[in-house]
This record gives sequence, structure tokens and C-alpha cells, in this order.
Amino acid sequence: MDMNVSNLACARGGIVILEGVSFTLSAGQILILRGPNGIGKTTMLRTLAGLQPAVEGDVSLSLDHLTYGAHADGLKSTLTVTENLNFWAKVYGVSDITPALSAFNLHDLKDRLAHNLSAGQKRRLGLARLLVTGRKIWALDEPTVSLDVASVQLFADAVHAHCAAGGAALIATHIDLGLKADVLDLGPFKAKPRDLGGFDEAFE
Amino acid sequence: MIAILIRDLRLGLRSGGGFGLGLAFFLIVVVLVPFGVGPQSALLAKIAPGILWVGALLACLLSLDRIFALDFEDGSLDLLATAPVPLEGVVAMKALAHWLTTGLPLTIAAPFLGVLLNMPDQGFGWLVLTLAIGTPALSFIGTFGAALTVGLKRGGLLLSLLVLPLYVPTLIFGAEALRRGAEGMAANTPLLMLAGITAGVVALLPFVAAATIRINLR
Repeated sequence: MDMNVSNLACARGGIVILEGVSFTLSAGQILILRGPNGIGKTTMLRTLAGLQPAVEGDVSLSLDHLTYGAHADGLKSTLTVTENLNFWAKVYGVSDITPALSAFNLHDLKDRLAHNLSAGQKRRLGLARLLVTGRKIWALDEPTVSLDVASVQLFADAVHAHCAAGGAALIATHIDLGLKADVLDLGPFKAKPRDLGGFDEAFE
Repeated sequence: MIAILIRDLRLGLRSGGGFGLGLAFFLIVVVLVPFGVGPQSALLAKIAPGILWVGALLACLLSLDRIFALDFEDGSLDLLATAPVPLEGVVAMKALAHWLTTGLPLTIAAPFLGVLLNMPDQGFGWLVLTLAIGTPALSFIGTFGAALTVGLKRGGLLLSLLVLPLYVPTLIFGAEALRRGAEGMAANTPLLMLAGITAGVVALLPFVAAATIRINLR
């Protein structure tokens, strides 16, 4: 169940921004991605999630084991908390959303429309979605934006529980989450300028 | 995939959804035309098939840009693309949901509006039949157009320009089948052409639209 990433290069807007990224993520491990703004943390996570092709390099694990948590939570404002979670649970073939509601303290909010939630509550609902995916590897992009201290702790507990159960997490963040985690600094992998072959990129 | 269909129907029916928008537009167009044309019932009966079809087509067009744009803005499209459901299936379900909230209500409402346009009696069956066969094609072609313009800010204008020419064959054969049916002539040929377009579009365009979305999400 290890994920081996070797010599990965990713591009954004036709410009290669990261190259030669290699790491291994094994079961139970938490890997924090660090690096200045624009270094390519989001781009790398999107590449790993299969939303865009890698310019070069290999990822050993099939996409069926990974779930991607983006900047946006993907919530529908006219659905209630329960309806939002139930939808993702059905898509991923999971039947019970109660553990996800408990883990992020959403029981009191479950009949509220997502439209009426605060930013932090929306974020918690977005993170609760991870628990109904049943995927082993979480690839998260700035998961703690707009969370208060108590909610960050809920999130850290959820990540620890997930890893204790044999999962793994890849988290791009700038703040200290209080997690026992390894750190991967993307700074040294910044790509040198190169030509991707002009207009051909549009037809690949 | 049923979950996606149910979610889209629910979103369409709740406040801010597309349901009712197309229907109201259709109603307005068809009610206003007799006022514009004046009290000439023979002329109205003659142009009724064309008006009803053009009205239905424009009503379909109205809610197209919502199909993917809303999901793109709140990030659900990224998550759906990484979910264990084929993107082709997602696209097909979204097109089906669009038809159920737009095309189907139009089809059901059309006979009542046909009365306002003095449709001949034998035309009502044809009206429902041609719309029922033709509007799925409008939803599926429109979904393809929405996939092409996903991610563009205010892509509605471009979407209309891209989709309208693709709607023309459906309009020609749909209105022609209805006109012939209403005048009591044999309408099999245009009806079969209409059905053929719909069948082809429903079978092929979800794959094209899914490929387009994958490129647009990069």
C-alpha cells in the first residue's frame, strides 16, 4: 500500500514548475508539503489526483486509493449537511455517514442548509467528506483554512485515526498542525525554465 | 450514478435551480406571439409548429450554462472527476437531469399552449411526440456546449453561439414533422430523422463532453 512517486514533474499553464520530485508515502505516514506560494503544491496534488497529466515521472499507486481535498469544499448551498454528505457517501459506495458527522462535530448542524453555515463549519463539512470516501490516501490542499483551534484539533485527531487504521495523508499547509509528520520541502524541486514544445501541448 | 441524478434534480427543484425558468420563458413567448401577430387564427395555426419549436429550443438554451458552471465554481466538478464514477456517466446523468427539469415540463406544457396558437386538433399528438423525441437531443448537445465553456467566466454568450448551430437540425426536423403531422400529411421521414439525431447525440456526446471537461480541468 505504499505510494512511490519518482522523478515527478508537473506543469501549470504550460510551464513546468516542479521537477524531479521523489518520495514514498507508506501506510500510517503523514507527509506535510511545504514551500513558498506558487512553488506548485496544489499543482502536484492535482497531478497526483489525476486531474492533470504528469509531464514526466511515475506514481506507483492507482488512483482508486486516493481522495483529493481541494481549496473549495464542493458543497451545494441549497442542500443540507446530511444531504451533502449522503451524496458523496453514495458516490463512494459508503452507507454510514454517522462517523463522519461525529468526527467533525456536525451532529447539531446536520439539518442546516450548507448556505447557512459559517466558513469554518463549511470547511468541517468539506473535511467530513474525506471520511465517507473510504480511500486510503488523503491528498489535502490547505485543509485548515478558516478553522478555529478546536476544529484544527478535530482535524488532527481525524488524520491520526485515519493513519492508525492504515491510511496515509499528504497535506499541503503553512501552519503547524501538531501532527507527528514528516516534512517534504518542495523548494529544492523548483524547475528550471524549459520549453514544452509550443502549441503541441494544446493537442496532447 | 443514480445519486448524481437525484442530487441534480433536487438542486434543480430547490430555490435558485433551473426548474421553472425554461418553462416560464416558453410560456411567455407562446403567450406573446398571438398578441404580436394579431387576431388571424388561420395565420396562427400555420405558424404554430414553428413558434412552439423555437420557443422550446430557446427555453432549453436558457438553463444550459448552469449545468457545469455551478459545479465548477464550488469545486464539486474537481471532486466528481476524481470520484469512482466515470466522468461520462456524470455527464450523461447531468444531461438527463437537465432534460427532466426542462425538456419534460416543456413537452407536457406544450399542448396547453398549443391551444393559444390555434393548433389544428390532429397536431396535439404530434406536438407531444416530436418534443418528447427532440428535446433530449437539445439537452445532450447543450451539455456538450456547457462542457466546452466550463471554467470561462461569463461563458453564456459563447455557449449560445456554439450550441445554436448544433440545434438547427433538430429544429428543422422537429418543426417539419410537427407541421406535416398537424396538416395531416405523412410525417414519418422527418420524425425518423429527428429520432436518429437524438439517438446519435445521446450515444456519442457524453464521451466527447467528458473528454472536454478533462481538458478544461487541467
